Amino acid sequence: MKGLEAFRVAFDALRGNRLRSLLTMLGIIIGIAAVIVVVSIGAGAREQIESQVEGLGSNLVLVVPGQLDTANPGQGAAAASPMQLSDAAVLGAVVGDDGAVTARVSSAAQVRAGSREGYVTVQGSDQNLPYVFTRPVDQGEFFTQGDVETRQRVAVLGSATSANLFAGADPVGRQITLAGTRFRVVGVLAEQGESFGVSQDNEVHIPITTAQRLFGIDRVDAFAVKAPSAADVPALSRGLRQALREEYPDQEFSAVTQTQILGVIGDILGLLTAVLAAIAGISLLVGGVGVSNIMLVSVRERTKEIGLRKALGARQRDVLTQFLVEAVLLTSVGGVIGIVVGVGGSLLVNSLSPLPAKVEWWSPVVAFVVSAAVGIFFGVFPARRAGRLDPVVALRTD
Amino acid sequence: MTAADTEGSTGTTGGPGRGPAIEAVDVTRSYDLGGTVVDALQGVSFVVAEGEYAAIVGPSGSGKSTLMHLLGCLDRPSSGVLRVGGRDVLELDDAELADLRNREIGFVFQSFQLLPRSTALDNVGLPLLYRGTRRSERRELAEASLRAVGLGHRLTHRPNQMSGGEQQRVAIARALVGSPRILLADEPTGNLDTRNGAEVMRILEELNAEQGVAVVLVTHDDEVAGRARRQVRVRDGLVERDTALEPPGTPRVTATARHAAAEQGA
Ligand SMILES: Nc1ncnc2c1ncn2[C@@H]1O[C@H](COP(=O)(O)OP(=O)(O)O)[C@@H](O)[C@H]1O
Ligand SMILES: [Mg+2]
Repeated sequence: MKGLEAFRVAFDALRGNRLRSLLTMLGIIIGIAAVIVVVSIGAGAREQIESQVEGLGSNLVLVVPGQLDTANPGQGAAAASPMQLSDAAVLGAVVGDDGAVTARVSSAAQVRAGSREGYVTVQGSDQNLPYVFTRPVDQGEFFTQGDVETRQRVAVLGSATSANLFAGADPVGRQITLAGTRFRVVGVLAEQGESFGVSQDNEVHIPITTAQRLFGIDRVDAFAVKAPSAADVPALSRGLRQALREEYPDQEFSAVTQTQILGVIGDILGLLTAVLAAIAGISLLVGGVGVSNIMLVSVRERTKEIGLRKALGARQRDVLTQFLVEAVLLTSVGGVIGIVVGVGGSLLVNSLSPLPAKVEWWSPVVAFVVSAAVGIFFGVFPARRAGRLDPVVALRTD
Repeated sequence: MTAADTEGSTGTTGGPGRGPAIEAVDVTRSYDLGGTVVDALQGVSFVVAEGEYAAIVGPSGSGKSTLMHLLGCLDRPSSGVLRVGGRDVLELDDAELADLRNREIGFVFQSFQLLPRSTALDNVGLPLLYRGTRRSERRELAEASLRAVGLGHRLTHRPNQMSGGEQQRVAIARALVGSPRILLADEPTGNLDTRNGAEVMRILEELNAEQGVAVVLVTHDDEVAGRARRQVRVRDGLVERDTALEPPGTPRVTATARHAAAEQGA
């Protein structure tokens, strides 16, 4: 029996039992669709985060305390910071430009303006932030070096916070209350956009000196340094760490670059996607077991048919091929439907939910190959059983 | 093995037209039912010559179907020698045996055994599928075969749209489509009324007379058996009587003769 004939016979058999074929396929459809959606969300998340990190600029170096192990993120990262504001000058000397260094402490607090209030990220920063992070000011101005030195209670709002508290009115010159202290708004930063449906602009920047007093701390969480060009980043990273180690001989410091962050994020997301895809893959496995089960039932039900075919000259191999093709047809048609559902689902997730999703070109291809392979793997056992049936016994069955 | 003993007596392993179509020498078939062994055939020798017409009779459970399955290469003997088309069945593997029954044998069953969801054409073309015949040629041959049994007007009917007699004629068309040398029919009229049964018998006799296909059929019907040139009586897994082995002129197994024989045996 030639390949095409085997497909025709298998197709007829499946069509003859439409409902059962569809229900059996459902397991494969769900499994394939789930894997495609998970992989698409993973790819979409990676792309979005990467574009945000890239937005920082490839010549930005973040100096943080502790030994940050980029191969094992999360370990050793939480060292207590010994860094002081005065270290800005040390780092500025390394890069050769005091204006290319900005200090930062971060916290979160309740903010209120009149009757409106909200919860915001509070960034203690200095006058160099707009230049170092490339954050243009939209309204008013950023606070000055003088404001930082004299611990002024002035604030620059993120665009979302500005919109929340002042509903479109010009906030420059108005008062806000931050953690119980009154601040005067001097500017609003340009919008950065959303990440996973969460605004990046719900923040209030205040002079770092003011922030240290407000939160009762004297440390600096991190310094951000802008290298003259991307090519200077590796040498600069070494220089910055070296300078700080001389300042604090028994401390470790890390210089984190965009390339490193991208690598770490890629690793984390890759692992996360793999784990989720594996979980989704289990449903595919269950679908495969369902196919095996139904094929066994089918072999039993069609014992007489198998006996007859053998009596008419079908070889073991012909019968085996017939049932194997049937199983593969079942799973690969299910696979194609699953691909359509999965791709459609991914597009829906992307447009209707805050999660980003991006269908990778290879995922439907892999999905199809896998579904066909599931058919072979789970179809072989029932098909062999069919092929080995004794025609005499099979014909006697009534 | 008994093959060596019988080698001398059977020099006829030639091609078509020469020698017996089927030759069974002292074949047995036992079923092992987990402890108890059922000896369905206890040493049967049986030759089907080219173009002959034989009827097998015997009480239920005497081993007629078992013999038919062996003759049709659906099964292998437990011992003895079975040659079909000149080839020793015990020396063939599964694929060769399948090929042999596909080319040499046409089978007609008591319960028709048609694929319920397939049309008459597709049912009839089935043996050719396993011979690798192209689809268009299969259809042509199947149609010709259906016309030969008087079903030219039922080509695309499905089994449930046909009477029992028509279904059995489809089964005969299927048995014939591959031009086999032997047609084996196990109680072909068992599920049919008298009129349809007679029609099926007429077709079988016609095939035998006009196309020279050897026909071996199992029947309970004395009249059917009486019309066959040769009658074989099976009892308890043994051939009790075979008119082919008797000198000409011996009375055939008729209704009265059978009753007499049964009374003697009882
Ligand atoms: N597959 C089988 N397993 C066990 N016993 C069987 C099998 N087939 C036939 N038999 C036994 O072999 C004997 C002959 O059966 P069968 O050839 O069908 O007789 P008949 O066709 O003359 O009625 C019976 O006793 C039957 O029970
Ligand atoms: Mg029987």
